[in-house]
Amino acid sequence: MDTEFLSGIFLKLLTGLPLTLNLTALSLLFGGLLALVLNLMRASRVGNALASTYVFVFRGTPLLIQIFMIYYGLASFDAVRSGFLWPFLREPYWCGLLALALNDAAYTSEILRGGLRAVPQGAVEAGRVSGMGRTLVLRRIVLPLAIRQALPAYSNEVISMLKATALVSTITLLDVTGLARAEVSATYRAVEIFLCAAVIYLALSLLVTRGAGWLERRLSPYKFGVSA
Amino acid sequence: MTVTRRTFVSTLAAGTGLLAAPGLLRAQPRTIRFATEGAFPPFNQTAPSGAITGFEPELVQALADRQGFEFEIIAQAWDGMIQGLIDGKYDAVVDAISVTPARQEVIDFSLPYTTGGSAFVTVNETGLTLPETGTKVDLADEAGAKPAIDAVAAALKGKTVAVQVSTIQSGFLDTYLAPQGVTVRAYQTGPEAYQDLLNGRADAVMASVTNLSAFLKKNEGKVAISGPTFGGGLMGNGAAIAIAKGSDLAAMFNEGLKAMSDDGSLSELSAKWFGIDVTPKL
Amino acid sequence: MEFDWALLGFGPEGWGMVLIRAGGMTLVVSICAFLLGLVLGTLCAWARIAGSRWVQRLAIGYTVVLRGVPDLLVIYLFYFGGRQVVAAVGTALGFEGPFDISGFVAGVLAIGLISGAAQSEVLRGAYYAVPTGTIEAGRVVGMGRLMLFRRVIAPQALTTAIPAMGNQWQSVIKETALISVTGLVETMRQVSIAAGSTQEHFLFYLAGALIFLIITSLSDIVFRLAERRSLRGHQQGHA
Repeated sequence: MDTEFLSGIFLKLLTGLPLTLNLTALSLLFGGLLALVLNLMRASRVGNALASTYVFVFRGTPLLIQIFMIYYGLASFDAVRSGFLWPFLREPYWCGLLALALNDAAYTSEILRGGLRAVPQGAVEAGRVSGMGRTLVLRRIVLPLAIRQALPAYSNEVISMLKATALVSTITLLDVTGLARAEVSATYRAVEIFLCAAVIYLALSLLVTRGAGWLERRLSPYKFGVSA
Repeated sequence: MTVTRRTFVSTLAAGTGLLAAPGLLRAQPRTIRFATEGAFPPFNQTAPSGAITGFEPELVQALADRQGFEFEIIAQAWDGMIQGLIDGKYDAVVDAISVTPARQEVIDFSLPYTTGGSAFVTVNETGLTLPETGTKVDLADEAGAKPAIDAVAAALKGKTVAVQVSTIQSGFLDTYLAPQGVTVRAYQTGPEAYQDLLNGRADAVMASVTNLSAFLKKNEGKVAISGPTFGGGLMGNGAAIAIAKGSDLAAMFNEGLKAMSDDGSLSELSAKWFGIDVTPKL
Repeated sequence: MEFDWALLGFGPEGWGMVLIRAGGMTLVVSICAFLLGLVLGTLCAWARIAGSRWVQRLAIGYTVVLRGVPDLLVIYLFYFGGRQVVAAVGTALGFEGPFDISGFVAGVLAIGLISGAAQSEVLRGAYYAVPTGTIEAGRVVGMGRLMLFRRVIAPQALTTAIPAMGNQWQSVIKETALISVTGLVETMRQVSIAAGSTQEHFLFYLAGALIFLIITSLSDIVFRLAERRSLRGHQQGHA
């Protein structure tokens, strides 16, 4: 056990942590917002068809292809290269973030849909009958119940996104995985370096699981046998 | 016999084990396995039919004919190829891999079969040209090389150079240019680096001159080589067949290579694929 | 948008044939990995339901580790590190070196292990979804453990498990794209090679996406049929 080497590697890999966390958080944020939009779109027939197609395409293809398509595929068009989005699409960071966000939106919208479906119709009716407006019903009744229902599935999605950020290393971004690959190329000690990287991700996902568990218990204390 | 869950599981496990065993454990091969990228023209490239063609497959065929061995060429990702050689996944690597002191610490090489330096290529439209185009710089003479290196670094300051990971060019860029304010971006494959040059994400690409020639041919008029040609020192002096440390294949390969150099077939092969003779006199 | 569609065809410049073969490789890898995952998932679920404390801890550890590490890293670890394990096993069994673990095997093992962790959760959930009343009724009537499983637990568990298994299968198909980093020529790698060689990136990544969409859509149909069949005889009850 070459502890000196390992601790050196650990510190080097940790410098990639900000990028990993940044990508995870922002892709969840933008993906979540887009998911909300997708679900609202489902109210109309055309919107429903569009949303379903979007979900079908983004859940039916690997994230890796989506990343490559956005990074290399889009750039091969002159129209894109001279367009107003080029300052963003030029950078691998934004391309990676875009791919991650679009992918997350597809999965999150399905999770949200499941959550919304679990809201009892009776509760909504009761709210409307009491004189609550549509937005108030959404804010006070539908969303809290839907989120509570969706939380376990969503915490899985958070961990999935965390793991998915590792793929941006394929478009030259130096996140934890990207740094690990660079180190392996230089030192040929693949197993030790990748194990270090794996430990870092494992620690992060354990944190997320703990956090989600705590949140679940706080939102639904009655489910866990805690007296109110 | 009723298929219970237990019997199903155990037979499945046994079946998988039996089927996988020959694939997992491989005894001493009688044919020599060569690894290559299949994405580094004109040394090696993949045709639409899936076949791997280029200078190197033909070189290996010629060696096999002369020395009398069977061979197999498999395509692998560059990133991990040297590691795979060390691990014994294959017996040799032919992928325009340069002989450098750093690599010689972990693997062995045959005699070189091509020589040649590395250069930068830029897109004409951007108007970026590097100074001292057409000159040759030998990195073994560090003092003498310094002015050229500094001139190139000054021209590229604040700009981005695309390069393939773990190549002699990326080593050169990281050692000499990155400290002087040049951004270096490393890609998994050569084609990806070239693509980003064409996309405008990189201002220049650094690669071996022979590889650049293929790119230039494909994009005639749009791109051009500029700046000096670098070689020697940490960049080594030519590409050779890489083999595992202590492997006995070196003697056999060298014999064949010498023979090919003597009777001119090596130069012929070079002219066929590179347009010029970049082979050394062995 | 000018596309050279001939590049996708079957002529001399057409990559069509290799793409189809690569798609086939994706299917083969997916099937092998999924089956491995099924075996491991069953064992793991069994361990967590009926195992001793230590066995349970082991199973939980396996699940936690494999669901918390990115698939890419697991594949890398198996590809680069698998050789040492195989070498140890091989020499113990008396084989001679050199040993190696191909991209195919590394990929199937890695994805199979990851899938196994996820599938164990699915199977566990399906088991607990079976109404305990039906199990009790079976026991009271005198059914043995074997018959109980075959006639009561399995059919009911399947109705919950099949949709989730369908999702798992789709995940496996997409994860096989990651094996491209080992150099194995499946769809993703083939598409990358073609794109790099012809510099027609958009066209080939589109083709790759289509191949995956075809595979996932067909799988979706198959699983829906299986789901409907498993629900035969079930009353879609309103509580």
